[in-house]
Amino acid sequence: MLTILILLPAVSALIGSIAGGRRTAGTIALLGSLGALGMTIALIVGYSGHGGALTHVINVVWIRSLGIHYSVGVDGLNLFLVTMTTFVFSLSLLAANLRTDKRPELFFLLFGVAQSAVLGAFLAQDLALFVGFFDLMLIPFYLLTGIYGGPGRVAATTKLVIYTLVGSLLMLAGAVALAVLTAQQTGHALSFSYSALAAGHLGSGTQEWIFLLFAAAFLVKMPAFPLHGWMPDGYREMPIEVLSVFSGVLSKVGAYGFLAIVLPILPQASVHFQTLLLLIGLASILYGSAMAFTQTNARLIIGYSSVAQLGFITMGIFALSAQGAQGAVLQMVNHGIVVAPLFAIVALLSARARGSEDIRDMGGIAMRAPILATVFLIVAFAALAMPGSGNFIGEVLILLGLFKTKMVFSIIAFTGVLMASVYMLRVFIRTMHNRAGPEVTSRELRWRDAFVLVPFVGAILLFSIYPQIELSRAQTSVTSSISAAAASAASTPVADR
Amino acid sequence: MNAVAKLVVLASSTQAHPRAPHINYAAISPFEALLGGAVIVLLVGLLRSPFVRGQVVPALTLLVLGTGLGVTIWQWNDRTSVISGALRVDDLTLMLTILFTAAGFAAVLLSWRARAPHESAHGEYHALLLSSIAGMAVLVGAQDLITLFIGIELLSIPLYVLCATEMHRASSLESGLKYLIIGSVGSAALLYGLALLYGATGSTSFNAIAASISAGHSSDVLLLTGIALVLVGLCFKASVAPFHQWTPDVYEGAPTPITAFMAVATKAAAFGVLLRMFDVALIAENLNWAPVLATLATITIIVGNVGALGQSSLKRMLAYSSVAQAGYIMGGVVVSSRLGAAATIFYLAVYLLMNVAAFAVVIARERETSYGDDIDAVTGLGSERPVLAWPLTIAMLSLAGIPATAGFIGKIYLIQALVDGNYTWLAVIIVVGSMISLGYYLRVIAAMWMRAAPAPLPALAGGRPLIAGGSVEAQTAGRHFEVTVVAGAFAIATVFFGIVPQPLFELAQHAAGSLTGLL
Repeated sequence: MLTILILLPAVSALIGSIAGGRRTAGTIALLGSLGALGMTIALIVGYSGHGGALTHVINVVWIRSLGIHYSVGVDGLNLFLVTMTTFVFSLSLLAANLRTDKRPELFFLLFGVAQSAVLGAFLAQDLALFVGFFDLMLIPFYLLTGIYGGPGRVAATTKLVIYTLVGSLLMLAGAVALAVLTAQQTGHALSFSYSALAAGHLGSGTQEWIFLLFAAAFLVKMPAFPLHGWMPDGYREMPIEVLSVFSGVLSKVGAYGFLAIVLPILPQASVHFQTLLLLIGLASILYGSAMAFTQTNARLIIGYSSVAQLGFITMGIFALSAQGAQGAVLQMVNHGIVVAPLFAIVALLSARARGSEDIRDMGGIAMRAPILATVFLIVAFAALAMPGSGNFIGEVLILLGLFKTKMVFSIIAFTGVLMASVYMLRVFIRTMHNRAGPEVTSRELRWRDAFVLVPFVGAILLFSIYPQIELSRAQTSVTSSISAAAASAASTPVADR
Repeated sequence: MNAVAKLVVLASSTQAHPRAPHINYAAISPFEALLGGAVIVLLVGLLRSPFVRGQVVPALTLLVLGTGLGVTIWQWNDRTSVISGALRVDDLTLMLTILFTAAGFAAVLLSWRARAPHESAHGEYHALLLSSIAGMAVLVGAQDLITLFIGIELLSIPLYVLCATEMHRASSLESGLKYLIIGSVGSAALLYGLALLYGATGSTSFNAIAASISAGHSSDVLLLTGIALVLVGLCFKASVAPFHQWTPDVYEGAPTPITAFMAVATKAAAFGVLLRMFDVALIAENLNWAPVLATLATITIIVGNVGALGQSSLKRMLAYSSVAQAGYIMGGVVVSSRLGAAATIFYLAVYLLMNVAAFAVVIARERETSYGDDIDAVTGLGSERPVLAWPLTIAMLSLAGIPATAGFIGKIYLIQALVDGNYTWLAVIIVVGSMISLGYYLRVIAAMWMRAAPAPLPALAGGRPLIAGGSVEAQTAGRHFEVTVVAGAFAIATVFFGIVPQPLFELAQHAAGSLTGLL
């Protein structure tokens, strides 16, 4: 079943693009993606904790000589991330389908391949498989940005792919080293499966350098503060549907990697570098917020706000406490379903301001577009973690978890919450209210835009009212995935840390 | 074949009274097929008819290669030493012979309508190609210093000529001459090294050399000098830095089908003999040569990747990329383990697939546009001719080591062998090299998909008229469909072995298993 889930988007996109015709290609790709969404919803309905164990496991030998298995499974950790992936991809495909100028067949083909790769990365239970999907997902985005992006697209996409692939290749070396050294130490046959790797206990020195290789890959992908160099250019040039999924979904793969791979397999190194990662998270929050506050390009404001949000998620993971990790997982899902509509709204706004994405050229759009304004307000409130939104719960959990283990970090991180409300409200006021810009034509939301935005708003409201739907299912898995690191942290004397 | 066999016998007969040794004709059937075929092709090429020359000769060459491939597969699993131990026909030899014939297949198809065989006479061209392939097979099967040298000369001399077969183009002649001079320097160094090895150990047979070294000649200056010179000679052939300087010039000047053949087959032959030489004959000296080889690999990876960055000619770029790839492959020899040997062979096979696909597209574009092998020739290819753009994209991604391509699996295998052999630092160098390589591989992809095709130049270099007006595709695509087929087939194979690599693994491990001295 999971194999079908992974392959469905790519295969349907392939069929669509062979069948020919822009409309056919888009429709078939969309149908495939919706099918995947349906399957993930069925997974959620059927999932009841299972004591944190993997379900729907498929485990077959893929490359015997390298000990690589095709091994996929669902647990509380990736269940909602997978759903979020199919959700955001489906709606972005819908948006691409509803455009007046249709995207060509190749666009849908690459989009479908991208979705399959992301799903594979989330579902993989074998490190080599994960690394494969992790690298593979980059190629469609490279081409999507490079072919369909803005004027500076080639430079931007090259920068993006080199940054991320450098990280990925380091991770590849780390993954192979991890497997080989674990096999040498335990005397078992070479294996890349998460559980086998977690069962080995490498020395802390070995763990530490492998940790750094993995951290490089994941932090670039997120992006986190010092490694975000590709982000401004990349975000500025990406086509909007691509940007929605890139920012909404791909950044989460990095965070998920920390939680699902690094913490269980390299617990001692995780404790060793806890402070470093917390500092990176904190720096991302402060830097992202400050940049979001000063930018005038609406895309970049949201881009930098994502850096800050990912900073929160990193801190939640490296709080090494159950609550922090729970909050991080919830926040990953929340951020995905918030940031994607935000970018869609930016596209709508820029259409109303003669194509400018500068918030100084906008303003007064709410005048004749109350529904658009309402939708934007809901999404913006969710993004700034208004009490009552799902993001609020996520951030509270993160800060709570952090407060217990690292109080100082928690207190500084609180300022990030504050700054989020400042920059989000700034965008809202500058675009929706204030004096109308000279080029602004205020128009109401059109039906085809509403089709895309309403499901997002619905999902945001669902998670605001009932976050328990995610938290209860994720709890056991999240706890077990951080348990090794948490135990290691507890056993290390405070003076050593 | 008989002549060669006699030479081998004469040269290697250290016995007091030379007597014709028993020859297992079945075991050496691949060599017989290739060399016999070369003679037939040469003779048929003497016929006057242009149809015979242009169509029958290449077809006959394909037939010969097919026969060679067939008897190679027939001999599979055979592990015998033939002709008094001068040649070893085992799975390593046979596996690499399969690679050589595959490269030969591609080369014949790619040069079917090329200018080079037309200008130099088809018979000679194809006969030389076949004898070069036979030389490669002899080289990787060599189990004796003399056979080794015969193999390397049988491989090289036809190639020197083949490089210069586009007789009306100065750069082709220059390329042939350059290759001849540099190749001779390499051969001289090799021959001197072989002589010193013989002097140090008192034998020309690999097994006897190995026995003599482990009996206690290990730090003999004579021996070490000999090893160093042999290494230099072989590094010339494998284009390992700092002995790679000829590579870009020769690759650029030679007719592109020959470049493709040289890039993949010569490399496979050179690494085959490196495996046999260092992992069999000199295995006991491992502690002395492994660090040197590792250093060479590092230099090669850096020089190749950095050199490729600034190239605008695709052939030069691929030449530097082949230097870099040689550095990666060297890693498999360094660790001197069975895993390393298997990884080397695996990577050689993968390297063949992806490089031939890339060169096929370059050839197609050389004929379709007036830009030669410049990167402009593939600019805008994605929208103009996706059927060529996809193979080149796949080849570039595979060379860069992106998942779902065979290059990725090959790289994992090499890294695994290196980590396993306690050369983790070299694995990291490979990874760093791959990062640099993204800079130039992605440039090609970006040119194909993200830029519009440039306006065609007014005239084609070499005086052929440009197809003016109308659809380029309609007029030229049908005229070299075999090039497109080669590009497509090798690209599909690259993806196939990226997803289902197990069959290739088994072959590589089987072949590596015939190096019995390794763990």
